[in-house]
Amino acid sequence: MFHIYCPYCEEHREEEEFHPKGQAHIARPAEPEACSDEEWGDYLFFRDNPRGIHHELWVHAIGCRKFFNITRHTASYEILETYKMGEQPTITAESLAREEKAGHVQVAEGGQQTVGASDAALASVKGAQG
Amino acid sequence: MSQSPSQPNRLAQGGQVDRSRTLNFTFNGKRYSGHAGDTLASALLANGVDIVNRSFKYSRPRGIVAAGAEEPNAVVQLGASEAAQVPNVRATQQALYDGLTARSTNGWPNVQRDLMGMVGKVSGAFMPPGFYYKTFMAPASLWMTYEKYIRKGAGLGNSPTEADPDHYDHMNRHCDVLVVGAGPAGLAAALTAARSGSRVILCDEQEAMGGSLLDSREPIDGAPAVQWVERTLEALGAMDNVTLLPRTTANGYHDHNFVTLHERRTEHLGDTAPTRDGRRQVRSRLHRVRARQVVLATGTHERPLVYANNDVPGNLVAGAVSTYIRRYGVVPGNRLVLSTSNDHAYRAALDWHEAGREVVAIVDARANPDGELVERARALGIRVITDSAVIEAKGANRVSAARVAKIDAQLFTLAGRVEELACDTIASSGGYSPVIHLSSHTGTRPLWRDDILGFVPGTLKGMTSAGGAQGIYALPAVIADGIDAGSQAVQANGQSAEPFEAPLVAPIREGESVALYQIPHEKPTLRAPKQFVDLQNDVSAAGIEVATREGFESIEHVKRYTVMGFGTDQGKLGNINGMAIVARCLRRTIPEVGTTVFRPNYTPVTFGAIVGRHCRELFDPERYTALHQWHVEQGAEFEDVGQWKRPWYFPRTVNGKKESMHEAVARECLAVRERVGILDASTLGKIDIQGPDAREFLGRVYTNKWAKLAPGRVRYGLMCKDDGMLMDDGTTSCLGENHFLMTTTTGGAAGVLEWLELWHQTEWPELDVYFNSVTDHWATMTVTGPDARKLLAEITDIDLDREAFKFMDWREGTVAGVPARVFRISFTGELSFEINVQANYAMHVWKTLFEHGEKYQLTPYGTETMHVLRAEKGLIIVGQDTDGSVTPEDLGMQWAIGYDKPFAWIGKRALSRSDTRRTDRKQFVGLKPKDPKVVLEEGAQIVFDPKQAIPMVMSGHVTSSYYSPSLGQGFALAVVKGGHERMGDTVYLPMVDGTVHEAEIVSPVFIDPKGERQNV
Repeated sequence: MFHIYCPYCEEHREEEEFHPKGQAHIARPAEPEACSDEEWGDYLFFRDNPRGIHHELWVHAIGCRKFFNITRHTASYEILETYKMGEQPTITAESLAREEKAGHVQVAEGGQQTVGASDAALASVKGAQG
Repeated sequence: MSQSPSQPNRLAQGGQVDRSRTLNFTFNGKRYSGHAGDTLASALLANGVDIVNRSFKYSRPRGIVAAGAEEPNAVVQLGASEAAQVPNVRATQQALYDGLTARSTNGWPNVQRDLMGMVGKVSGAFMPPGFYYKTFMAPASLWMTYEKYIRKGAGLGNSPTEADPDHYDHMNRHCDVLVVGAGPAGLAAALTAARSGSRVILCDEQEAMGGSLLDSREPIDGAPAVQWVERTLEALGAMDNVTLLPRTTANGYHDHNFVTLHERRTEHLGDTAPTRDGRRQVRSRLHRVRARQVVLATGTHERPLVYANNDVPGNLVAGAVSTYIRRYGVVPGNRLVLSTSNDHAYRAALDWHEAGREVVAIVDARANPDGELVERARALGIRVITDSAVIEAKGANRVSAARVAKIDAQLFTLAGRVEELACDTIASSGGYSPVIHLSSHTGTRPLWRDDILGFVPGTLKGMTSAGGAQGIYALPAVIADGIDAGSQAVQANGQSAEPFEAPLVAPIREGESVALYQIPHEKPTLRAPKQFVDLQNDVSAAGIEVATREGFESIEHVKRYTVMGFGTDQGKLGNINGMAIVARCLRRTIPEVGTTVFRPNYTPVTFGAIVGRHCRELFDPERYTALHQWHVEQGAEFEDVGQWKRPWYFPRTVNGKKESMHEAVARECLAVRERVGILDASTLGKIDIQGPDAREFLGRVYTNKWAKLAPGRVRYGLMCKDDGMLMDDGTTSCLGENHFLMTTTTGGAAGVLEWLELWHQTEWPELDVYFNSVTDHWATMTVTGPDARKLLAEITDIDLDREAFKFMDWREGTVAGVPARVFRISFTGELSFEINVQANYAMHVWKTLFEHGEKYQLTPYGTETMHVLRAEKGLIIVGQDTDGSVTPEDLGMQWAIGYDKPFAWIGKRALSRSDTRRTDRKQFVGLKPKDPKVVLEEGAQIVFDPKQAIPMVMSGHVTSSYYSPSLGQGFALAVVKGGHERMGDTVYLPMVDGTVHEAEIVSPVFIDPKGERQNV
């Protein structure tokens, strides 16, 4: 069960207070009528399913009722940061790759949660999930 | 040493049992006695009980192998009465109490003489892995029949058929440091963290805390180790920041350091929890712990060696022998042969010897064992056979001899002649496996270490492991590592650690161990007597070899094919040996083979503990309207709608006979159509919407137009998702220029509010609008029927004139003297007024309506009548007549779609996709059965041609179907492909019993299509 930092309440709360709402940063096309069927279909139905960094939309449903974003590692389930609507993530798959190359260990600031096992560490031990 | 006559294997002295307290117990119908401090397993061994179970697949006799959670065989069914039955209890973990009653879970009709055992003996050779899959595969329909007998034969324990008299609870906890395991490492870690001021929880699964120190030979600070355990526990117990949880298993390690602890509070006292002050105590408790740091001091499981017939009773792991002797004063046999790959197993032989029984030989796989313990054994005159191993156990129901030979582990062959040593017990040790189960629960990959020949936990933020769990086995090093882990945990929390000075423990010089898993035999593995790897699941080395030969190379596939490590065992004893055999067969290394992942729970948890208080009336919240008590007093039958309890119908007693639902609903329907009825509609979702942009927002989330809705007016709206599919409907009233009241379906209320917030917060934060749920604030009473106006007029100051208060208007005023909003909307097709008052006033208003309603025969009706009445009018219920694939156009509601609204409202674009423009979409229609007596089944499939071959083309289905008292016949609502163009067509509904109903497609509005009745 996740322990989630609500960036509005500024507290860690149990997962039971939250609802996940899918991939974050899916903007509704400004002019839906101008979209082709394919573009509209992409917006409606197609989502990323990465192994690694994933930005997700959650809502503090049994709390402040605010929607916010979570950056989560889909293999380790670690939450790397949470941020308010309208903000951009400071940690992304690209930024982590850069940091890893430079040999830095990232620690997020403020209300953010810290970075844990990297992809490289996870991949270093063989064996499939059972 | 002498022995107790009633317990032939009990030593006169030694151990931590209280010989002055005798406890009687029953196992498989026979009475025995043991002592306070015993486990069921130690008491059985004390009484010389060899066979405790029959094996799962081959039904071979099985005895006790281990002394802790890793015990694979002694799995028993506990409980003297039916209500107290608990399956899947390990005898090694069950404290003995007076009157304990247990029986083997496997073995039919009994463990001593087992019918299935004959099958196993005869067909054992012909039961390769996958036997059940292959043999009982076809025909699939018979599997249920086979399974019944297989299960009876295998025996998987029984759940009680009577209600559990006990109760259970949950507790949420937070701590700075959770230490799992109270052995030397755990105690040291906990004490360090506690001294540093951290909030510490220390849990241990055993009856007593102390772990390996409870049977340790090694003195600490010059005194027996248990004294240090006592001192340390005393120190911890005296600190306010420490919570000690004995008899508590950390069963699951979940995301973000969430750990579930199962505390067995009274399981050591009896079948059911005792009472205190007349109240029954909580039997067990699930602690839900959110720990900032977790220290895993879970210790090790000793690996048995894999040799032929290693499952015959009398084969034990070496460490268990020491535990039984030193902790329980029980020697599980008379003549011991020890087979080992390492020094530490020598302890078993030394303990056996000191107990005054014969050690026939120590068989050591190493060429030149020379550690301190080896020298001590030799000095005692114990025969040590080097370069060798026990290759086979002899005996049927108990070991009678060990066959020993020189082996070449590298070439996997024998390297000398076989010697047979008479004995009744074989102890074996292939080294230790760190207990990494908990760390694996998190998805963390374990790491193989060649130096200790085992897996250790991988890295995880917030987790440390210490001592045996980390592959550190020498006692002084274990304590030092515990102190270190405690310090690390404290420092990781940003505090400074206050380690204590480690106690003095003399180091023991140990020789190097060798890697040893499966022992070669004279015959190849496939033809040798069975060499068991996973005793609980009856997986043998041959089975694993067959799996690799059949092409199962991934360890995960081998696991699933052979069932190794499945079930409640979770591979505690056998996993590493199994991987080693796969590695040998595939000529790979163990880390190349990899490991399967252990899953929660570590040991079985009863459903009672998982459920806690969340059962019966506390399973799910129940929501009552303000009028609930009145409904109860009127004898209403209730229906669950979401969490709400709604009156379903109000049966009356006529001539001493209670009405059936059919009779009650017919009466209620006619009352509404002919006079006046009343419905408690309080459960409808109500959302108060305010702000300068409220109107604009409504226009974006509803398909229809809101720009011109004036205060005092009400409009029905359809809400779609952006895929164009209907998600909710309801009326929204304009309370003021910037103020609206939206109603939703009863079940959709919370979801719609979240939906509105989603769009406002993520897409249109620039709109100045606010939402609030007011569902519970207002009670809603629907007065409906031709006499509705006359009745309401008696108790309201609102002008009810048909011109002053039109259909789809709302007015504010008083009803029965209290402030009210009255909405003239109709879900029945009749003249209707929905009276909203503050919930606290509801009962007063409701009763006043009935006082005045008597002369109109005011009739309360429930949800069933509401459904019939609305269906007669063709009014949909979202979620019944729609299913997430229905557009407003499919429903024939083009009138509620504002294609020319300026903003591209939610769902609009999708309605011009090619799929939503198809003309053969399922469309909403009415169905009139040709036989008026027929009430079609809801969900029945519709076909156009009943003579077509099976499988038929299904062209629609019935969504709502009732008997209409007003029409005097059955009628239905349905979705039919291209239905709007098929009015008057005949469709067919083939039923399961072979009958085929015929129905005519008609308009979904069956009564008053022009809407004159509601507009009077």
